[in-house]
Amino acid sequence: MAIGRRDVPAPAAPDAGGGLLARPAWTKGIGSWLTTVDHKRLGILYILTSFTFMGLASIEAFIIRLQLAAPGMELVSPDVYNQLFTMHGVTMIFLAIMPLGTGFANYFVPLMIGARDLAFPRLNAFGYWVYAAGGIFVYSSFFLGGAPDVGWFAYAPLTSLSNNPGNGTDFYMIGLLIGGIGSLVTAMNLIVTIFSMRAPGMTMMRMPVFVWMILVTSFLIVFAFPPLTIALTQIVFDRTFGTLFYVPEAGGLPILWQHLFWIFGHPEVYIVILPAFGVISEVIPTFSRKPIFGYPVMILSGIFIGFMGFAVWSHHMFTTGLGPVANTAFALTSFVIGVPTGVKIFNWLGTMWGGSVRFTTSMLYAMAFLFMFVIGGITGIMLAMPPFTAQATDSYFVVAHFHYVMGGGALFAFFAGVYYWFPKLTGKLLPERFGQYTFWAMFVGFNMIFMPQHFAGLMGMPRRTQTYEAGIGLEIWNLVSTAGTFVMGTALFMLLFSVIYAFRKGQPAGNDPWDARTLEWAATSPPQHHNFDEQPIVTDRDAFWAQKYPELSHGDDGSQWEGVDFDSHGIHMPGQSWYPFLLALAIFIAGYGLLFENWPLSILMLVVLTGATYGWAFEGVGGHHVHPGDDAAEGAGD
Amino acid sequence: MPMTRWFRSAVPPILAALLLSGCDFAGPQSALDPAGPIAQAQLDLFNWSLWLSALVMIGTFGVLAYVILRYRRGQRTDVPEQSHGNPKLEIALTIVPVIIVVMVAVPTVRTIFATEARVTPTEDDLVVKVTGYQWWWKFEYPEYGITTANELRVPTDRRVVLQLDSADVLHSFWVPRLAGKRDMIPNQDNQLVFTAPEAGEYYGQCAELCLGAHAYMKFRVISEEPAAFEAWADTFDIDGAQRVQADPQVQRGHQLFAQKGCTTCHTVDGYRSTPVGTPEFPDLTNFGTRTTLGAAILPNTQENLEAWLRDPDALKPGNYMPALWSEDDPDADEEIAAVAAYLLSLGTPDETEARAFVGGDHGDR
Repeated sequence: MAIGRRDVPAPAAPDAGGGLLARPAWTKGIGSWLTTVDHKRLGILYILTSFTFMGLASIEAFIIRLQLAAPGMELVSPDVYNQLFTMHGVTMIFLAIMPLGTGFANYFVPLMIGARDLAFPRLNAFGYWVYAAGGIFVYSSFFLGGAPDVGWFAYAPLTSLSNNPGNGTDFYMIGLLIGGIGSLVTAMNLIVTIFSMRAPGMTMMRMPVFVWMILVTSFLIVFAFPPLTIALTQIVFDRTFGTLFYVPEAGGLPILWQHLFWIFGHPEVYIVILPAFGVISEVIPTFSRKPIFGYPVMILSGIFIGFMGFAVWSHHMFTTGLGPVANTAFALTSFVIGVPTGVKIFNWLGTMWGGSVRFTTSMLYAMAFLFMFVIGGITGIMLAMPPFTAQATDSYFVVAHFHYVMGGGALFAFFAGVYYWFPKLTGKLLPERFGQYTFWAMFVGFNMIFMPQHFAGLMGMPRRTQTYEAGIGLEIWNLVSTAGTFVMGTALFMLLFSVIYAFRKGQPAGNDPWDARTLEWAATSPPQHHNFDEQPIVTDRDAFWAQKYPELSHGDDGSQWEGVDFDSHGIHMPGQSWYPFLLALAIFIAGYGLLFENWPLSILMLVVLTGATYGWAFEGVGGHHVHPGDDAAEGAGD
Repeated sequence: MPMTRWFRSAVPPILAALLLSGCDFAGPQSALDPAGPIAQAQLDLFNWSLWLSALVMIGTFGVLAYVILRYRRGQRTDVPEQSHGNPKLEIALTIVPVIIVVMVAVPTVRTIFATEARVTPTEDDLVVKVTGYQWWWKFEYPEYGITTANELRVPTDRRVVLQLDSADVLHSFWVPRLAGKRDMIPNQDNQLVFTAPEAGEYYGQCAELCLGAHAYMKFRVISEEPAAFEAWADTFDIDGAQRVQADPQVQRGHQLFAQKGCTTCHTVDGYRSTPVGTPEFPDLTNFGTRTTLGAAILPNTQENLEAWLRDPDALKPGNYMPALWSEDDPDADEEIAAVAAYLLSLGTPDETEARAFVGGDHGDR
């Protein structure tokens, strides 16, 4: 039961804290954003930052496609090309799509479970700043001697000092180590939040599917990132301190990197896609005016996919010579994942079946998700067949496959989420008709880019080559693919334009523009700082729907909560803090210290880091209480 | 109405895909155009999965199209029945993907063991040791004592067992029409087995990022009738210094080959009585028998070879071969032509003598 936490009395007069830095109290301006601990502001920061990185990755992709428009193009050199596709992959996976899911989780998990914030608001701020620091760190490589050029999975021994003497690889390794801290702490924060801060009556099996998927994702992050951290640290040690983990001449086994990387890397795919499943599982029921079909199966299949995600990593390594027995084992575990994934597709269709389906822009993106994710899933099953992978891996077939999963799947799902939740975030509606035009351009452009790549790959085009041979049948596929980038690029600009337009001049949305089902729609648009004036009481799955249509609900009547005073001493609002930002900044600078082997700077940053950690620990409770029912008391406390 | 629009837009890509399947997918590097039993087995498995996929897509997209058209809200204002699921239907729908997955899994496992099982080579097999270098391929035939580069000649009648290794970073040996790919990993001995029963030339390419000139790290597999293969192998029986062809340009090229420093890196068996070159660079013995140059990036002609010698980096950016003539070297044209002529003479019949014998014009290559 989630209840009980509020029985602990808050300090009668929260003290101002005994730290070095007073808790700031700005409500506007840059200082308020740097020191904020509000999950909604941090959610917005996550979303904006990840879209910024997505813009950069899109520019990289555009240059890549221009270079490949025809054989023998010399727009960029092979070295620059290697940097472009490496940064495109690293950005899209680590800095764009994954944090986009985190951003939505940050903003909506507390609202959906009827909580005031995440369990650890300052840790949440730290998670964001350290993610931003990791991203900026990796991107600074463009100005400091060249970006990483070893591909997003950076196979050893290409990353050894002798094979790659530049700094690019160090930026990759240290940048991912920095960003990984953010992913880890935020995942733990979300787990604690979901387990312990649900509103009264919100049992686990009443949680929205999105929250469930975030919970599974967070566990995946907690278990998947350590192997990556180990592997990254080994390479940093090899390159900085001369250890020999991956040096073949000293007997190092390069294949070990692949195992460690993919034990992380495959769960990472689900870390990206499960939040997207969650978004779709909110969008489709809302616009079908029906509850999700087969909720328990939906949850179970999500957990099962997450669990199995750790048992399939070697299907990325079918051609490394593991032998037929290992390949058989990993082919079979990979096939097994097709079953819960198929079940999810059926359940989304089942949700729409018999519903009253409204095709808003958000819903169109969800439909496109279903279409393209099925295609990506089918090619996924094909790629789980090792004999076929012997042809398809490291070819454009794989490129097409994972773009259908990550782009047509995850990204389109998040676009559905953007159109779905933008009214909640801003109080404004995105322009609907223009949004539908945008959608069609996006959908056509995406398929133009990636459908032909299946054929290019099967006809012998390897990935990661800056040119290809003329006259062996590859030209037409590449030309169509490049043409598609202009269509999808236009669509991205249209999306950007509609967001800016709606933010300034959008129609007011109201609190519940879609007749939605979950608790975030019970809050105002945008939600107040303290989220809910009154503690929501949950009586059924789809808690807000049950409030609106009690006659259609089969839940309890909430009578067990009668007479419980949840807000006797008001809602405690945590104070802002400098420490999360400061700590992230110290890690960021220490990254450069390590990279350039500047030990005095590194030690100085270690001191700052330790100091900031102590300052954080002894900062005191801070904050103030609000009493939404009693306007006079608003702002009492410090 | 948005939903009919949606349906209309979903149909063209599917139709396009069907139409395209009538296209010509043949090509020298196409996995869809197999020329050996291994690649054929890989394609058969793919085709089987393609048929199942078509069923899945027809089923899924059919239902999707149906619900989109049938259940759109339109002017409807009533709330539909809030059904939460249907356990019997859900179990049935779970069994469907299980059946499909089993239908894929059984032939997959069978094909894995048919195409990937490690073999112990017998005397009937042709064993070739393949080593990947940035950015070329070394082929060694222990049975014949042959070392060559970038072109793998095999007979049509023998199973070929490749022992794959890498001298530096990861590479991947990919010959789509014959065998798919297998990675080349330092300190790991990998094997790739195939037969090439049809005589022909098959394109191959490195499929694992190895930086630099990765895009230009190609190779050819040339499958020949047994007699032709044996004849090719016999040309490698070179003892001591080999006679240089009579053509004065070839003779000049032979001298320059050492003077310009080519012998520092490149081995040519029979160049002189003592060995030249080092094993870490492409062996040029019988270079004139090769069909391509620069790791299969260009046809091996006098013109292309001259361009290559003049500026290797222009044709293969990032590779390790230096340009040996400065741009303002007045002798460059003549010397480059001579070295190219010499290289093309290696392993080929002495046409000059033949033509001189019939009184033909000579020296004008």
